[in-house]
Parts: sequence; structure tokens; C-alpha cells
Amino acid sequence: MCVTCGCGDAEGLDTTIDGGAMTGHQHHRITDAHNDDHLEGLGEPRLIRLEQDLLGKNKKLAAANRQFFRERETLVVNLVSSPGSGKTTLLARTAEELRARFPIAVIEGDQQSSLDAQRIRDAGVPAIQINTGKLCHLDAHMIGHAVEDLDLCKRGVLFIENVGNLVCPAEFDLGEDHKVVVVSATEGEDKPLKYPHMFAAADLMLLNKIDLLPHLAFEVDRCHEFARRANPDIEILEISAITGAGLPRWYDWIERGLESVKTAPNSEQSTPHAN
Amino acid sequence: MHELSLSQGMVGIIEGQAAIHDFSRVFKVRLEIGVLSCVEPEALTFCFDTVTRGTLAEGARLEILTVAGRAWCRDCDLAVPIGRRVEPCPQCGGYRLQIQAGDEIRIKDLEVH
Repeated sequence: MCVTCGCGDAEGLDTTIDGGAMTGHQHHRITDAHNDDHLEGLGEPRLIRLEQDLLGKNKKLAAANRQFFRERETLVVNLVSSPGSGKTTLLARTAEELRARFPIAVIEGDQQSSLDAQRIRDAGVPAIQINTGKLCHLDAHMIGHAVEDLDLCKRGVLFIENVGNLVCPAEFDLGEDHKVVVVSATEGEDKPLKYPHMFAAADLMLLNKIDLLPHLAFEVDRCHEFARRANPDIEILEISAITGAGLPRWYDWIERGLESVKTAPNSEQSTPHAN
Repeated sequence: MHELSLSQGMVGIIEGQAAIHDFSRVFKVRLEIGVLSCVEPEALTFCFDTVTRGTLAEGARLEILTVAGRAWCRDCDLAVPIGRRVEPCPQCGGYRLQIQAGDEIRIKDLEVH
């Protein structure tokens, strides 16, 4: 068993990558140091002071992923939404229309099935499927394993399509550069008020399915206002993954992101963590 | 149910501490959970009781201390208390708020034998 992430025990629950168990260990690019905790009192029972972030391990693994991506100058975009917002349709079209400009790879997260990864492969880019089993979100550990099996080209874009869920994925840093939240016009403009954590965590909101607006009572301006209440800095783009409306601005946003990771200062090389 | 993952993380931290500080039983775990965090204390307690079965934290009491929310209002240029996300600034009624405290999910300490 690896001491860094505990792979090998039941911790991964039913999580699989492209149908297989998470096995390799190359993702442990962490040079770990023991906690410098202090023991207080000598008698028993003892009090051990920790002040430790419960998400600390995920954050550590996410930082290792981030370092790995920085070395490859890869822009990583984590797409989050409720089920049915059109993430996969958007990604398939984005992959098809941008793959000639720069390398693209996709990690698909779902509780079950590999249908989404197949849709992306059909669009002509490499994709890997993570099935989270009972879990409702992707975490940094799963991403660390998934990229071992993905041929990540330098200076490209890695899209991660998270499990359709507007709650849990907000808490888990995967090592991405940006979280992008997709809301569709068929969902109701009050989503940002109902799930504020996700909108607070995102840098960009994509309002999808705008081609359907003439048939809906969806109030676009109110949706913008609600999103900005949850996150005053959020960028908003209106798109339709079906008609292609607004997509050029989404593509510009991706290209700007890619430029910014290319020009980021290069830090030291990470070393794979031994078992 | 990310509370399940968080509880598993807690067991991992506790087991790591047991190896460092040489204890075999945990009586109490104190957590600090911010009111603006995405954690439901009841769900967390339920998951904790479940995942600690058969571990050295089995039967341990989970005590949850609530941390109040605070945000910086960009319009008032002032730190203000807030009770939940997307709550307006109590001074000006605006929403240009930046969370400063209240989103933490932290193990504060352990009482062990």
C-alpha cells in the first residue's frame, strides 16, 4: 500500500479508470514530510492538537497534479454542472472544432458507463473514462491516476468533465486552472442562488441552450445577476452547443487561458513519488 | 454525499496521527465547520459513525464547533458578518462580498488513549 494516497485499500471504493482498477503509482509526485504536530499533556487521555484541513490530502494531491500540468504547459478546465446541462455535447463540439489548433484530451467522470468517453473519442480526441462508483464527484487522486494513462501532449488543453452534480465537486480541487460551471436555459435562472458554492468556485459560467430561449420563460438578466451575487468576479458567456451561437467567444476564452499557462514561469521539475 | 469522502479522510488523518503519537483509541474528535462550507454536520456525523467501524476511532464522539461567516464588502470597504452564501451585506444590501471566514472544514484536535 502506498503511504501517500493509500491506493490498494478500499479507499477508492468502486472507482475505475476505463473499466480497470486504479493501480499505478506514478502520480505521487509529492515529496511528503511528516506533520509537525505537537502533543499536549503527558497523562491519559491525551489531547492531540491538529488544526488540520479535512481536505488537506486532496489539496496536496491537487497541488502535485497542478505541478505536473504546469511542466507540460497544459491548460486544465474542470467542467461542472447538474446532469443534462449539455457538457458532453459542448465538449464534443469544442474538441471537433479546436483539435486542429492545439492538442486536446478529455477526462470523463460519471458514476457508471463509458458512453461519454466514447462520444468524445468519436469527435477525434483521446478520452479516458473515470467511473466513480458510489462517489458523487471526482477528486485529485482519481485525476492523478487518470493522467498516467492519458497521452498528454505539451501545450494543449485537458478538459475534465466532472460528475453531473452542483454540490460536491465544488469542494474538490483537481489541480485545474479553472472551474467552468455550465447552466442551461431549461434549468431555471435561480440555479446560482440554489447552489452558490459551485458558482463561487467557478471562474466562468456558460449559459447553454440559448437557442431554446424563445420557447422558455428563462430570464437571462436575472440569471446573470444571481450568478454575480454568488461570485462578483464570475465571467459569463451565452452559448448554444447545438447551433454554435456564442462558441467563438468560448474558444477565445480557452485560447487566452492556454496563452497564460504557456507564459507562466517554469518552476522546478517534480519527481515521481516512490512507493 | 461528499461527507463520506470527508469522513474517510478523517480516518486517514487519525490513523496517520496514531502512527506518530502512538495511541490506540480515540475518544473524541473535534471539528471546526464553517457555516459557509458545503458540509452538512448531520450527514458528516452519520458517515463518520459508519466509516470508523473497525478502526481505532470506532465509537468516538464527533464534536462539531461552528465557525461564523465573515466577508469583505467591496462597496463598504468593511468586514461584515454573514450567515450564509448569497446573503447581502448587512450594511449596504449589496452582494459584492468576498468570503474571509466561515468556509473551513478542519480537525481541531483529538482526545486519545
